[in-house]
Amino acid sequence: MEIVLSLAIGVLAASGIWLLLRPRTFQVIVGLCLLSYAVNLFIFATGRLWIGVPPIMPRGGFVNPTTYADPLPQALVLTAIVISFATTALFLVVLIASRGLTGTDHVDGQERQE
Amino acid sequence: MSMGPEHMIIAPILIPFFAGALMFVYDERQRRAKLTISLLAAAASLLAGMEIMSRANGSDFAGGADTGFYLLGDWSAPFGIALVADRLSALMLVLTGLLSLPVLTYAAAGWQRQGQHFHSLFQFLLMGLNGAFLTGDLFNLFVFFEVLLAASYGLLLHGGGQLRVRAGLHYIAINLTGSLLFLIGVSLVYGATGTLNMAQLSSLIPGLSETRRPLLHVGAAMMGLAFLIKAGIWPLSFWLPTAYMAGAAPVAAMFSIMTKVGVYVIMRLSFLMFGVAAGPSEGFSGPVLILGGMATVTYGCLGVLASQSLGRVTAHLVLVSSGTVLAAAGFVLVGGSPQILVAALYYLVASTLGIAALFLLIEPMGREDGSIAALLALTADAYGLDDREEDRQPEVGIAVPGTLTVLGLSYLACVIALAGLPPLAGFIGKLGMLQGLLVEGAATPILSWGFVALLILSGFATLLGLVRIGIHTFWGAESEPPRLLALEIAPVLALVGLVAILSWKAEATLGYMRDTAAAAQSPAAYAAGVYGAPRATDTEEEDP
Repeated sequence: MEIVLSLAIGVLAASGIWLLLRPRTFQVIVGLCLLSYAVNLFIFATGRLWIGVPPIMPRGGFVNPTTYADPLPQALVLTAIVISFATTALFLVVLIASRGLTGTDHVDGQERQE
Repeated sequence: MSMGPEHMIIAPILIPFFAGALMFVYDERQRRAKLTISLLAAAASLLAGMEIMSRANGSDFAGGADTGFYLLGDWSAPFGIALVADRLSALMLVLTGLLSLPVLTYAAAGWQRQGQHFHSLFQFLLMGLNGAFLTGDLFNLFVFFEVLLAASYGLLLHGGGQLRVRAGLHYIAINLTGSLLFLIGVSLVYGATGTLNMAQLSSLIPGLSETRRPLLHVGAAMMGLAFLIKAGIWPLSFWLPTAYMAGAAPVAAMFSIMTKVGVYVIMRLSFLMFGVAAGPSEGFSGPVLILGGMATVTYGCLGVLASQSLGRVTAHLVLVSSGTVLAAAGFVLVGGSPQILVAALYYLVASTLGIAALFLLIEPMGREDGSIAALLALTADAYGLDDREEDRQPEVGIAVPGTLTVLGLSYLACVIALAGLPPLAGFIGKLGMLQGLLVEGAATPILSWGFVALLILSGFATLLGLVRIGIHTFWGAESEPPRLLALEIAPVLALVGLVAILSWKAEATLGYMRDTAAAAQSPAAYAAGVYGAPRATDTEEEDP
């Protein structure tokens, strides 16, 4: 499981960074999305990987640490997803405004002179 | 739970939050109401900040401590999120407040009309700034960073136009990437130590096992990268001049504290995590800060000398200022004299105020060209804001006589303060740093001497760049002097006055900075305070 998850994070992050460095705004925003998926998976993995272990405390208080997943990274991931979703939406608005104002989808607002 | 005075600590976050939300209720045409609410809220946050400062300075928090704590949701310290108000946070809170009032006044002269929701966004920016200064939790810091960044995206685009949208696109992309780096860093630190609480982090680091320490260092480096992007360290600073130049004048003036958020967090976390008691990790971030800060100062100086317009010069001065403070913090981290930090904090306040005043001066000084006025009219058209009768009225503001004299004198004061000439505050700050660097040779002597040379050279470059532009504007002007509203020059005079007060009361402020630096260098006391923070319910309802 570890190898699958780390491969997924690595592929997502690498594709995200590559797209982020491309000259078209649409590529940049897709790159940012992929990069944020990679980061979200990464945060999730910092709680260590468990199978069939809920992050829920039984009634009565005491928990057995081997049957209890760390709930904090899961809460952090939720927050991170919401925030990156909102900021990406905002970026999309600016992207469209830039396309409308400059008539090009180049990140610099003008095509490169050959 | 009683409404005790300890709730004062959360006031600088809640006041702007509610004010910003309240202003969405008002229609865009009710500018006077919005302005009133905005000014009142900013004044109230400033008062709260000053109250926190006086308590921190007088050791007047609960239990006679000089650090105040506020446990959100009343969870005890390492489990919940704690707000921590000490001298350093209080200093930044008051600086934000002192900056926000003049900037709002300036915006009232016309800029607030150039787009929508200026005041709401401004209040949310204040909320994010104050929150980032107060929080004692890494992830909470991320959330407040996002709040202030989201508000700053909106403010940067305020007024619209192709230039701003293009600069905004780069600014947003870079900051989104920075935030993702921040998240990676935070999760690495959590994975290595199992905590996000800054106080617990600082007490865990000395005893961390050797297998986990590299992981922590990588995490800290990733987080540091995110903060250094904000602070504009070279080579992560190429976005900054363009973005700051594109922003509307009041926005750019407020942005002059945004780099200082990065500097503040770097200082706070470096001294907590890698300070004197950090065992094998001691001074981890020091060399990077010294070299990066010095490179930033060099780059900023070259930019100041190469730039042709005041806007560009000022944006590069932002780099000089943050680079100087970063390098000074780095010297203290690797064992330099604490006096460097004292002077650096003093310089931070003085240069932030001076740069903000300069940003506000750009537009009135360039007005005779007519370019800005034309731009203003154009953006107003593009936004579909028709200037009705009621909107024309703010123009009745009193025009100041002797425009050029007033402008020239305030410009001169800014130049003196920023170039570090006596008698204004910049000189005192730089002198203190020089003394600290020369007194003890704890850091590598070559680096110390290099920084000494850079401090003097950067002052000279600033003087050269600013004086050249001053000569062009004030002595080379042939056209009629521009019409200047009292609403526009009063904020500049207020900021210059603050710098003058800072210099006048140098002994008292330096004393405060000395205590601040001493507290920053004793992370154990900080950590012990956070652990011992009493829960509100402890005294009242003990579970049987």
